[in-house]
Amino acid sequence: MRMNRTNLSLLCCAGTLALTLGASSAQADGKSLTMCWAAWDPANALVELDKDFTKATGIEMKHEFVPWTSYADHFINLLNSRSAECDLIIGDSQWIGGAAENKWYVKLNDFFDKNKISMDTFLPATVVGYAEWPKNTPNYWGLPAMADAVGWTYRKDWFAKPELRAEFKAKYNRELEPPKTWDELIEVSKFFTGKEIDGKKVYGSYIFTERGSEGITMGVTNAMYNYGFDYMDPNKPYHMTGVVNSPGAAKGMDVYKELFECCQPPGLTNAYMQEGLDAFKSGQVAMQMNWYAFFPGLAKDPNVGGDKIGFFKNPAGPTGQFTQLGGQGLSVVAASKNVDDALAYVKWFAQPEIQQKWTDLGGASASKAVLESDAYKNSAPYAPSFVESMGIVKDFWAEPLYVPLLLDMQNRVHDYIVANKGTSQQALDSLVKDWVKVFKQEGKDPS
Amino acid sequence: MTVTNPATGLAERAARRTTAPLARRAGLSDRAVAWLFILPTMLLLLAINIFPLIWAIRLSFTGLMANLPGAARFVGLDNYVDILTDEDVWANFQITAHFVFWTIALQVLIGLGLALLINQKFRGHSFWTTVILLPMMLSPAVVGNFWTLLFQPQIGPFNYVVGFLTGVAPSSFSMIGSVTLAPWTIVLVNTWMWTPYVMLICLAGLRSIPDYIYEAAEVDRASPLRQFWSITLPMVMPFLMLAVLFQAIQSFVMFDMVNLLTSGGPGSVTETVSITLKRAAFEKWETGYASALAVILFVTIFGAANVYVRALNWVKQQ
Repeated sequence: MRMNRTNLSLLCCAGTLALTLGASSAQADGKSLTMCWAAWDPANALVELDKDFTKATGIEMKHEFVPWTSYADHFINLLNSRSAECDLIIGDSQWIGGAAENKWYVKLNDFFDKNKISMDTFLPATVVGYAEWPKNTPNYWGLPAMADAVGWTYRKDWFAKPELRAEFKAKYNRELEPPKTWDELIEVSKFFTGKEIDGKKVYGSYIFTERGSEGITMGVTNAMYNYGFDYMDPNKPYHMTGVVNSPGAAKGMDVYKELFECCQPPGLTNAYMQEGLDAFKSGQVAMQMNWYAFFPGLAKDPNVGGDKIGFFKNPAGPTGQFTQLGGQGLSVVAASKNVDDALAYVKWFAQPEIQQKWTDLGGASASKAVLESDAYKNSAPYAPSFVESMGIVKDFWAEPLYVPLLLDMQNRVHDYIVANKGTSQQALDSLVKDWVKVFKQEGKDPS
Repeated sequence: MTVTNPATGLAERAARRTTAPLARRAGLSDRAVAWLFILPTMLLLLAINIFPLIWAIRLSFTGLMANLPGAARFVGLDNYVDILTDEDVWANFQITAHFVFWTIALQVLIGLGLALLINQKFRGHSFWTTVILLPMMLSPAVVGNFWTLLFQPQIGPFNYVVGFLTGVAPSSFSMIGSVTLAPWTIVLVNTWMWTPYVMLICLAGLRSIPDYIYEAAEVDRASPLRQFWSITLPMVMPFLMLAVLFQAIQSFVMFDMVNLLTSGGPGSVTETVSITLKRAAFEKWETGYASALAVILFVTIFGAANVYVRALNWVKQQ
């Protein structure tokens, strides 16, 4: 039978209408969850991983990823306004205090007990950092989701150049190897600075200097921890005088400033993660400080990855070897209208095989079973130093008022290191005053 | 003899025809009708200007943090005391004063010079006027991003030009990353952007001077320099002062361009008070403290502008 044009049009319209109605009806019946996080490489891996959750449960996963520059402001304001926009959130480790005290997150203790999810299966530092509030107490507000710490990359191909190795040995009477201490780091950085390699003037190292959010604090603490800085007296909670502004802490700041002045490429006075990646990928620096989360991408980079790149953990100082904790925990938003489905996701995500797949896709599980396996340690060149780094992490305050605490430190540190204002001791003395004021505002006694 | 302006008469008759019957029909007096017309504007002003101002004054006496739950705690004058006794805030006021002073000085000098130049009749003068006016037509956000790229030590043309002229290696210095150069960088960019505005106002002043005054001066054999000091400058002065007032207020509260260029850095060497305010309000979320700082800024600008307007009136009378 031959259809005339009118009949054909009617049929098309009817078909389209049926499809549209069908689709809407399916969507209305279907469940969905919105996952909120920062927009960066591991978030792409999470999108891939979540397809498995949808396959397993039929629950559609939506994602809201916000750039790091507005990540904290955006989501903290959403949480504070009791918005149901996010059902699940991978929130920064610093938020845990505020999120717990203001009941922005669902407390997970009963849920973990009921579903036999044990925090012992995760690295201890990640449990303290991403799940517990108050710290070091078994009160859980999240599941460790994305383990991360500050580490270093170096140009293995430059370190292997015979002429540079010979020159270095003649100058310092030791082999040119990735630095193990901050003194060595400065030496190696100075050695490379100003050299012409592959036809380009290069610099020794890239370090964080960003002022607006958290950058310079996340950088300078890697030196300060190893020279004696701590946040408070371990025997006297919130007592900071003589600890935060100890002579060792001031020396740590001086060391970071020395590295900045001698060996940072010009112009990088307000630079964080992306600027470091750019400097390293463009062959501008011999060594780069950055978060391990970026290292899978760098290891595969066509220009500087593969045999050209090496990794090492944060060098030691005179009083120890620590590195700055990064990473986030997975939490259920208390204002969500889909708390049960969100909890089902947490249960699914906690399974060992999902944790393994998460790491395989480019995420970073905090599961002991994954990270401590030989398979993982041999899986990538950065893996051994990452596992070691996760054992030596320290984290910034996670108090409800962490924002002013962080911005005060950003301000004091940046003013001294980048803008040459005063001395390191004066900067830290002022920081103690700033922090005492914030803690008093929070109703805590820092005396 | 009484002369009646026909246009005025027509307007009055038209007004009587339209408003009087309407008012009578609605039982409204002329005054009520007048209020009816200005009420929407008044309400709008109250809603978007006066109410936020009163609200900010109220908040300035509290310890409110907008990103945390809980009622605003009354703290009396604590925020004001904190601000006025904080050395860092005073340092930021000094940075702002440096920025405002040099910006205004350069804008007035260059703006007046350009206006004198453009006021001459020469070929292509309209074209050049348009070219000079272009920077002020751009958005400060565009200007900030654009100059950030120009100042890039590795790829920025600005460094290459300086390097070419001075022999210094282009990548060896950073305009926005240097403690010494950064304060001058924001002065330079703001001057580039807003000098055309000063020029435009000066040009209006120059065009308002009647030619016969210059003709009389020439008859008296006054030199061009004498004409400038005795005729041009005094007659342009009220316009110039107006431009200074506008630009001083604009520079004092300048935020977007500085934020994009340096974000107040390196350290806090370019942290003008508007950047301090933004940091307190939207980074630290210290809403009460930020409101107090905003009130202090408002009072400072309002007070200074009032004094200045009196001075302007005095100059006009002279």
